[in-house]
Amino acid sequence: MTILTSPRNAGRRRPLSRPFNWRRAIALTLLTLAIAVSILPFYWVLRTALSSNGSLAANSANLLPADFNLGAFKRVFGLQSASEAIAEGGSGASINFWQYLWNSLLFSGITTACAVFFSSMAAYAFSRLRWKGRDAVFSLFLATMLVPPIFTALPNFLLIKNLGLLNSMLGLVLPYLFMTPFAIFFMRQFFLNMSREVEEAAMLDGAKHWRIFFQIIMPNAAAPIATLALLTFMGQWNEYFWPLLVGTSEESRVLTVGLGVFKSQSPQGAPDWSGLMAATLVSATPVLILFAIFGKRIVNSIGFNGTK
Amino acid sequence: MTTLTKQPDPGLSARAPRKSRKRGKPSDGFRGIGDLKVALFFIAPAMVGLILFYLVPTIRGIYLSFTEYSILGDPEWIGAQNYERIAKDPLFWNALGVTAEYVLINIVLQTALALGLAILMHRVAKSTLIRGALLMPYLMANVIAALLWFWMLDYQIGIINQIIEWTGLPRVAFFGSEQWAIPTQALINTWRHMGYTALLIFAGLQAIPNSVYEAASIDGSKAVSTFWRITLPLLRPVLVLVLVVTVIGSFQVFDTVAVTTAGGPVNATRVLQFYIYQRAFNEQDFGYGSALAVILFLILAIVAFIQMKFLRGNQSDLD
Repeated sequence: MTILTSPRNAGRRRPLSRPFNWRRAIALTLLTLAIAVSILPFYWVLRTALSSNGSLAANSANLLPADFNLGAFKRVFGLQSASEAIAEGGSGASINFWQYLWNSLLFSGITTACAVFFSSMAAYAFSRLRWKGRDAVFSLFLATMLVPPIFTALPNFLLIKNLGLLNSMLGLVLPYLFMTPFAIFFMRQFFLNMSREVEEAAMLDGAKHWRIFFQIIMPNAAAPIATLALLTFMGQWNEYFWPLLVGTSEESRVLTVGLGVFKSQSPQGAPDWSGLMAATLVSATPVLILFAIFGKRIVNSIGFNGTK
Repeated sequence: MTTLTKQPDPGLSARAPRKSRKRGKPSDGFRGIGDLKVALFFIAPAMVGLILFYLVPTIRGIYLSFTEYSILGDPEWIGAQNYERIAKDPLFWNALGVTAEYVLINIVLQTALALGLAILMHRVAKSTLIRGALLMPYLMANVIAALLWFWMLDYQIGIINQIIEWTGLPRVAFFGSEQWAIPTQALINTWRHMGYTALLIFAGLQAIPNSVYEAASIDGSKAVSTFWRITLPLLRPVLVLVLVVTVIGSFQVFDTVAVTTAGGPVNATRVLQFYIYQRAFNEQDFGYGSALAVILFLILAIVAFIQMKFLRGNQSDLD
């Protein structure tokens, strides 16, 4: 590692006359390796999902799908009869990823929309309004970031259970609806840096705070709101622990939980690898699509995301 | 958007006295209650969330840890008995040890790899595409990362064991052997977080002004000593942040374990959070589970405190 550390070797300052730079070549090789390690597993998932279980063992190192077929995807979406599924190495247990996809979409969509909106409202109060005790209350919100989710998950589970909301969408989304401390922190940071001029002009016209918030602040904050919504949505999409506690019935399972169930149903000894990888790919697809569209926004948000 | 290195103390100079945690800008120079009424309206929903799902559960969690409670019936106050039982519980000490091993491997591996990667990116390639490629694993759910590697590392027909065999080494039972189970879990986590952590450090590297390096090179500083004496010290706030995030995150490992090894083989991967889950939800022992959760909470609080206090993570040496 040490040979690469001199700032004088930095790309921008490399002498142009030198025909071949060994250090740069080594650096590029290592970087390529890291990228390969990050990305190639996804190809392997796809390749396995398109293979049939019976041929995997004999072709375990073949780079192309072994005996190409779409049976695994049919199995995942419940399009195969139990006997067909068992013949192809599946468990034969009924599994329906359409249902889980829909639940994941609802769970992530509802919580993102509500949490981002309510957190923005709070962030407005913590940045553009002046009131006594403001910073103390804000610190209280920030402090909750330090509480490990499992600690609150136990009592929250009891609350949801007592409300009779186990295995319901409402029970799943409730704890995430009102705010996330990170979202408040994120939006506040942006609001603090907004210019006061437009706001003050509107104030002179006698506009009320809620009008300023909806007509001036929110439209001007469209970009950070979009970033926050993306990060929140992906975080919720990947959530496992809470849905595992609260949404265990077939009707209320989200994708991550469904994936775990699918794995545990898979025959011991000879797992349904192609089915499992097809299910994995299906679960990953929405995030992959979001990443393909908004990749730049997501990548550039990372420096900020550091406190999460 | 770029304030990474300034957190959590934006706008304050580095050498400001350590106590002045308060933010500089707001709240100075006004009297009375100000916009209190309007503010209450705006924070009302968030306040409901804070009270119902953070503050009350925190108090309830601590209360439950002093009770015997099996969900059915009412919690019964038993004083500190749960904690006394925990002190004598070999499974708890095993969980603590196993989790510590997991955290340790993660810290060393992840920080070293991410630091190397960040420097590489900073030197030879800053394109968004490359950063995006490295970030891919982080965007995947833990469950997905776990299943993906569960397949790739399979003892019989996993591709990795195939490659290992080609090099002439014996196959490794990554998930099946007590010795390998925790390092394997840590490797999965490192794979998922490596690029993300590298991007955090990369952002920190970008924040170091060129003039610092120029001054060093004029003074005749060699590449290696520039790294140790200038780059690394100036990266300290970012590295501390990375360390805190890594340690706190890894202490709460659950998803990958739950999906792949479920605590086994024997007790090799019965990490703290998985143990809490088992006691509370499989054995319906909510009091004991809560007490374990309180201990996890305390450990995390102490770790965060030590890291911020002794590594001065909230102060930058730039400016």
